[in-house]
Amino acid sequence: MENSELHIVMVGHVDHGKSTVIGRLLYDTKALPEGTVDKVKRIAQETGKPFEYAYLLDAFEEEQKQGITIDTTQLKFHTASREYVIIDAPGHKEFLKNMISGASDAEVAFLIVDAARGVEEQTKRHAYILRLLGIRQIYVLINKMDLVDYEQTRFVAVKAEVAAFLATLQLQAAGFLPVSAYYGENLVQHSAKMPWYTGKSFIATLDSIKAKPTSSDQPLRLPIQDVFKFDQRRIIAGRIEAGELQVDDKIKLYPSGRETVVTEFANWASRDAKVEASVGQSVGIQLQDEFFNQRGEIITRSSDQQQPTVTNVVQTNLFWMGQAPLVTGQRYKLKIATQQVIARVLKVLKVTDSSTLATREDATKVQLNDVAEVVFQTETPLVYDLFTQQQVTGRFVIVDGYDVAGGGTITEHYQGDTQLDGAIFSTDGQDYQLNLFDQYCLTAGGQVVTHEYQGHYQIGAELPLKGSGYAYPTDFAILLAEQDRVLTVKAGRFSGSQALTDFRVQLPVVDSRGAQLNLTAPADLKAYLTERESLNDKTKTTFYQKWLDFNAYHQIVIEDI
Amino acid sequence: MDHLDELEAESIYIFREAYKNLGKLGLLWSIGKDSTVLLWLVRKAFYGHTPFPFIHVDTSFEMPEVLAYRDRVAAELGLDLIVYTNQDAVDQGMNPKLGRLMCCGALKTVALNQVVKKYSFDGLIVGVRQDEEGSRSKERIFSERNQQDKWDYTNQPPELWDEFKTDFPKGNHIRVHPLLHWTELDIWEYIQREGIPIIDLYFAKNHHRYRSLGCAPCTGTIDSDASTVSEIIAELKQTKISERAGRAQDQEDAYAMQKLRQSGYM
Repeated sequence: MENSELHIVMVGHVDHGKSTVIGRLLYDTKALPEGTVDKVKRIAQETGKPFEYAYLLDAFEEEQKQGITIDTTQLKFHTASREYVIIDAPGHKEFLKNMISGASDAEVAFLIVDAARGVEEQTKRHAYILRLLGIRQIYVLINKMDLVDYEQTRFVAVKAEVAAFLATLQLQAAGFLPVSAYYGENLVQHSAKMPWYTGKSFIATLDSIKAKPTSSDQPLRLPIQDVFKFDQRRIIAGRIEAGELQVDDKIKLYPSGRETVVTEFANWASRDAKVEASVGQSVGIQLQDEFFNQRGEIITRSSDQQQPTVTNVVQTNLFWMGQAPLVTGQRYKLKIATQQVIARVLKVLKVTDSSTLATREDATKVQLNDVAEVVFQTETPLVYDLFTQQQVTGRFVIVDGYDVAGGGTITEHYQGDTQLDGAIFSTDGQDYQLNLFDQYCLTAGGQVVTHEYQGHYQIGAELPLKGSGYAYPTDFAILLAEQDRVLTVKAGRFSGSQALTDFRVQLPVVDSRGAQLNLTAPADLKAYLTERESLNDKTKTTFYQKWLDFNAYHQIVIEDI
Repeated sequence: MDHLDELEAESIYIFREAYKNLGKLGLLWSIGKDSTVLLWLVRKAFYGHTPFPFIHVDTSFEMPEVLAYRDRVAAELGLDLIVYTNQDAVDQGMNPKLGRLMCCGALKTVALNQVVKKYSFDGLIVGVRQDEEGSRSKERIFSERNQQDKWDYTNQPPELWDEFKTDFPKGNHIRVHPLLHWTELDIWEYIQREGIPIIDLYFAKNHHRYRSLGCAPCTGTIDSDASTVSEIIAELKQTKISERAGRAQDQEDAYAMQKLRQSGYM
């Protein structure tokens, strides 16, 4: 992308000088309004503390009083040749979640290392996090050279120490620079105090960094954000996360794999009228076929070779920021781009302490600040790419309760054995996970516990239609809206599968958990699917009340009360 | 895409995430330049529609030009406009002479908290920017306020890869900040590029203009001869004076804004 801003993040151990580097840089390049510097000088005077360049970024009273950075911030800054967004990140272990929030936005990282102290705990942890975030352009600033009398030997020793550590993470620094941020040495101009250093100053280094090439030549990934029906138009809204799209392109929608053609790009301001769009643009498109679309579907171009993977089991590299640990067997919300699915932790393959790099292989929990390889099983199909091929659809976050508590990337397809939760119906090489025969049991304290029934059924198989806690009729249909399929049961046997578009309601219809759908009038199916398109977290309760009757074929079994 | 295209695309993405994922949504419309850009971006995001109410917190000390402009634009565009005043405080004679922070607290912060409760908003879109002042520089794009409208700023949850905070207990609300990454200069360059109509208080008359709009008693003008958008842009590229220098409440205390914003100020 031409003319765009380069996002760089400063990371490293607490007190190694991340905020000071940025503060001094902004001061020396006169990037700050007078008021800002005066205010910090005034505060320093009032509190009797020396002026700190870091205070130019550490705006909170708590940050200035304690001399630490608590939360991340972004500042814009420009040189003669380019615009920059500089991201300051806190160095304390307890604020790692804020460091990750800041660093996740960066293309390039500067790892700040104190020349006198060398590699410390957060130096290692931050480097590991950079690797997990997929930030591969890393420069090392060896700061506070004033404390070691600007000695070349010390620079060489720290450089070797950092390089050796990065190598254990399969990382390689793009460059090493000696600086003294407090005294402004080698930031804006080459330092006279270090004549032995013949490389570039900090600013010259920034200007030499090549921006990431535009990824419009990648295969298209357009995750659906929403479906708008404000007027007679039906507009599919989303942001192009990779590749490009043109009017008349044949597209595929995942997870269903349905195909249609783009007929138009919507616009409001006339300057936005277009027939093609590419990566980074927020667009609205109209389609030839009026499928029932919904948020979370991923649009690709049919002509592209590289298509995403659809799965119920996904292997991840994850970092955990939650106070409560991630626990095997627990369910979490997993989000990839605009997709949101319920995911259960199937296995924790390996846990690594992000600082010591010590690993454990028999873990069932992932604790705060750990990184881990975790396998999730999702309740509904998940669409993803390997992170090495597509960044946005190859990375995810985990929500525990109300907050994002984890995140990570998908770097390999899961090869292990899977034990799906629920019964599997197989037809035409497709497996459908259905929780039709689960038991819902009331246990002590009023908790409802689900006992999952696992079985595998091919076409023609007889089904366990009556069990403890459920009873189905001998003939019914199972509507799988996300997969765009309907499975049928006749005379107690799994009898067939058809596309949703070919389906006419004649039998009772249930969803994948066996809740009856309230479809009585002929127009109900269309109304149900239409309302489903605009379903969100706030409207879902009303929607489920209206359309689903869970009690029709289920009864809670009292085990204890 | 140039950097204005990128900012625009990000803001539109944020508007759509808020509209899709938050329940009842409102937009805080102060009539100034940032609010004007918000209004423009809403119509881009939703193809000419403004699918949530616009809220103007009227302190009773507003500049008459602001009120006239508000009513004219709202009528022209058919906006669903909510005008809200903390009438109790106004009736009891609240004014800046009693203390600027106290006055801002009553007529803006409390009024805002009241309007959020009155209409049970789950999400409030606010045009704050990181470069305005320190506490805003530390904001998240989706930033939670609790039932008492408090901002737990020393313990903000992670926000990464545009996966925003959309899960929160009933009664709390989310402040949505679509312009967080814009600078003052970006705002003006965008206004110029898109040809967005804007209130003329920003344009110099008799060598003075407003750089930031607020209540009449507490908002000063700056010395300027910039009477067009291009002249304002040229001026901003030269100036070393901060944007909010004319806003008296900011100067009351080194951490004035942090304190106001902690209790719910925009």
